[in-house]
Amino acid sequence: MNVGANETELRELMIRGLDGDAASYRTLLERLSGHLRTFFKARLNRIGRGPVEAEDLLQETLIAIHTRRHTFDRSQLFTPWAYAIARYKFLDYLRRTKLSATDIPIDQAEELMVRADTAQTESSMDLEKLLQEISPKERQAIRYVKLDGLSVREAAARSGMSESAVKVSVHRGLKALARLIGKEAGS
Amino acid sequence: MKTDQLIDLLSTNVEPVKSGYLKKTLVYALFIGGIAAFCVMLTTVGLRSQASDKLDPGYLILKLLFTISLVALGGTLLAKLMRPGQSGRKQSTLVVLPFLMIAGAGIIALVFGEPMALGRMLFGMHWVTCLLCIPLFAVLPFVALVWALRRGAPTNLTQTGAIAGLVAGALGATAYAFHCPDDSVPYIAVWYGTLVAFCGVIGAILGPRLLRW
Repeated sequence: MNVGANETELRELMIRGLDGDAASYRTLLERLSGHLRTFFKARLNRIGRGPVEAEDLLQETLIAIHTRRHTFDRSQLFTPWAYAIARYKFLDYLRRTKLSATDIPIDQAEELMVRADTAQTESSMDLEKLLQEISPKERQAIRYVKLDGLSVREAAARSGMSESAVKVSVHRGLKALARLIGKEAGS
Repeated sequence: MKTDQLIDLLSTNVEPVKSGYLKKTLVYALFIGGIAAFCVMLTTVGLRSQASDKLDPGYLILKLLFTISLVALGGTLLAKLMRPGQSGRKQSTLVVLPFLMIAGAGIIALVFGEPMALGRMLFGMHWVTCLLCIPLFAVLPFVALVWALRRGAPTNLTQTGAIAGLVAGALGATAYAFHCPDDSVPYIAVWYGTLVAFCGVIGAILGPRLLRW
């Protein structure tokens, strides 16, 4: 298992992402989602759930990783951090769906990096529908900054909000989406 | 929704993240919680009246040594627990130390103290006040700590809740120490020790509900 190589690279990407490098951050999420898909598929398979649920959990985890990325300590390893979030979301999923975790062995962090599964399935989430459920202000901020790719300044000018209000709205909106995704994935 | 679509959304216009934000939040909560507990003490039972009896600062120092060492050890542990992937196993065992030391000191004082004073040593004069005050003073620090921890991402909610309760209890006991008129080592061991541990148990029960994310 070449955990070391993966870890060094992913950690590098994460730190650059935290410093605001969008391209590195995208690469990180893409590579990570391959590993996490394997992780969730393997676990859900054992309790008789399919790839759609795995994709739901993967997306819930990615958005959690994003909204909680400030909890990553730059002096620590990346893999255990990401794995701990994935495992937390998996156990939370079991709790929500009232499944028991007792017969599921707890795996080592290394397993996360074994092989990447890039076969995407559509999750059961509908982004447009989810966006309708958050507040209009947050929805607009996310649409401008995150979907249309406008800069914060442009979004502020267009919506008549201050730049910091746009940033706060994006942040809160993503957190609200994370909650909604969590609810949907457990239903 | 395809996962690529979500990744697009998340990685468009990413804001840089400052490091050190979490630790600041936690220190802030400890500070505010401590001040709040002290204010509640002042407005309810008030400071110990110094004129009435001969005050031995040694006992106040001993009480504070026990409570503040718990706040420091528990606080360091919380800083780890609020980040995923950091178990803080070493720090977890350290938290037991202040309890062992005060219990040991209490037993020594009981063995070598005057047998007549046993009841007085264990129960003091105001154990009922102590019983009510420490958990009461711990409420606001606990609220402050939960607020801070929710800004992190604790993955072991029971453990994190327990330590938060313990630290809140220790802050409550710190505030109570400035009122507490009972000066004996076994008293500190029994009442301070038990009540702070009790706050930890309450925290462990509340943790999974309050800290979920």
